[in-house]
Amino acid sequence: MYSFSYVKPGSVEEASGLLSNSEENKVISGGMTLLPTLKQRLARVENLIGLEKCGLEKITLEEGVLKIGAMATHDDVSISKLVKAENPAIAELASQIGDRQVRNRGTIGGSLANNDPSACYPAAVLALAGIIHTSKRYIKAKDFFVDLFETALEEDEIITAISLPKPEKAAYEKFPNPASRYAMVGVFVAKFEAETRVSVTGAGEGGVFRCREIESALSNQFLPESLSDIDIPAEGMISDIHAEADYRAHLTVEMAKRAVAKSLAR
Amino acid sequence: MKFYGGKSVTDVALTINNKKHIQNVPDHMLLVDFLRETLKLTGTHIGCDTSQCGACVIHVNGKSIKSCTMLAVQADGCEITTIEGLADGDILHPMQQAFHENHGLQCGFCTPGMIMTAIELIEGNTDITEQQIRHGLEGNLCRCTGYQNIVKSIQEAARIEHH
Ligand code: FES
Ligand code: FES
Repeated sequence: MYSFSYVKPGSVEEASGLLSNSEENKVISGGMTLLPTLKQRLARVENLIGLEKCGLEKITLEEGVLKIGAMATHDDVSISKLVKAENPAIAELASQIGDRQVRNRGTIGGSLANNDPSACYPAAVLALAGIIHTSKRYIKAKDFFVDLFETALEEDEIITAISLPKPEKAAYEKFPNPASRYAMVGVFVAKFEAETRVSVTGAGEGGVFRCREIESALSNQFLPESLSDIDIPAEGMISDIHAEADYRAHLTVEMAKRAVAKSLAR
Repeated sequence: MKFYGGKSVTDVALTINNKKHIQNVPDHMLLVDFLRETLKLTGTHIGCDTSQCGACVIHVNGKSIKSCTMLAVQADGCEITTIEGLADGDILHPMQQAFHENHGLQCGFCTPGMIMTAIELIEGNTDITEQQIRHGLEGNLCRCTGYQNIVKSIQEAARIEHH
């Protein structure tokens, strides 16, 4: 690792001030991606800005909507009574990220800011039409995820919290990579009164996306059987040594079926 | 020993195995290197250095974490327990005793991390199932035992704790 200075600002304002000072400054939350990157010398920073003293870990209900602080760890989210009551699919998703030690350090804000194409949270946030609150503004999920590892965040913008509307039914199913447990394909289904939204992570070449074919099939009838005859194109799906594009396309439908069944059983 | 050059250093105050330490550490020093190299607490191992194997698992404020993926400065003000802090003199911690009795180790390289994870795993969940134990060990790799006796050890420790 190249050497750097570690600073712990006491507020988000202070943190974003530091961030805008230099392009060589970076924010760190749980560090589950950034630290390995720094260790391999794939990145170099002047100042690492730790957010642990900014008070961003609270999970609250704000005007009836679940709001999760950016620094809430996956473990915090998975055991939170509030999350379990309001949005059990989120608690369940969080409980399946990585391993225990990753869940004890990794945060929802870090996961979203990184926008790894195989991260689990982006699927949930997009399917639930979540709102990403930042140090400057709020961003709708549909505008937030831009491309692989790319978000709408500006250089000196910090995620502070995420609001997630409550669906009637929702569930997440992933096909984990057997060694590393990231989502080779992960599907989040969310049924609202007015619409059904389905997002897919791990599969798309451009990162998380909404799957309209599955959405329209489910909007007729929200049942796993509605997806029996669905075929989604392999075009635009990731192909790698773990799974080829057509396999990922197939898994997407399969995970969606399972997610629907799971949400109905809840 | 890894070379930690660089000018930024910070004073950290933390409690390790019930003992207070105040130390000046390079900002980019990993917690595991601080434990092993600075404090000579070599019971915490480094197997992979890439957050995969779990040989470096310790408890920070009661939660298991991989100390190869946390900085020493991030542990400022924390309570830390390492494998060295478990036994009471010659009396082993119940989890250590269970590993001892059930042949839960062979070469022993993964054992400190396994035990630290296992303790957190059964905490408040002493009727844990075999399946849950296997899931709970996702972040810890063992190249020797095939896990059977590790799972057995944890089951027994949970049983004893339960009574
Ligand atoms: S040395 Fe930390 S996980 Fe392997
Ligand atoms: S006992 Fe040798 S690695 Fe587990």
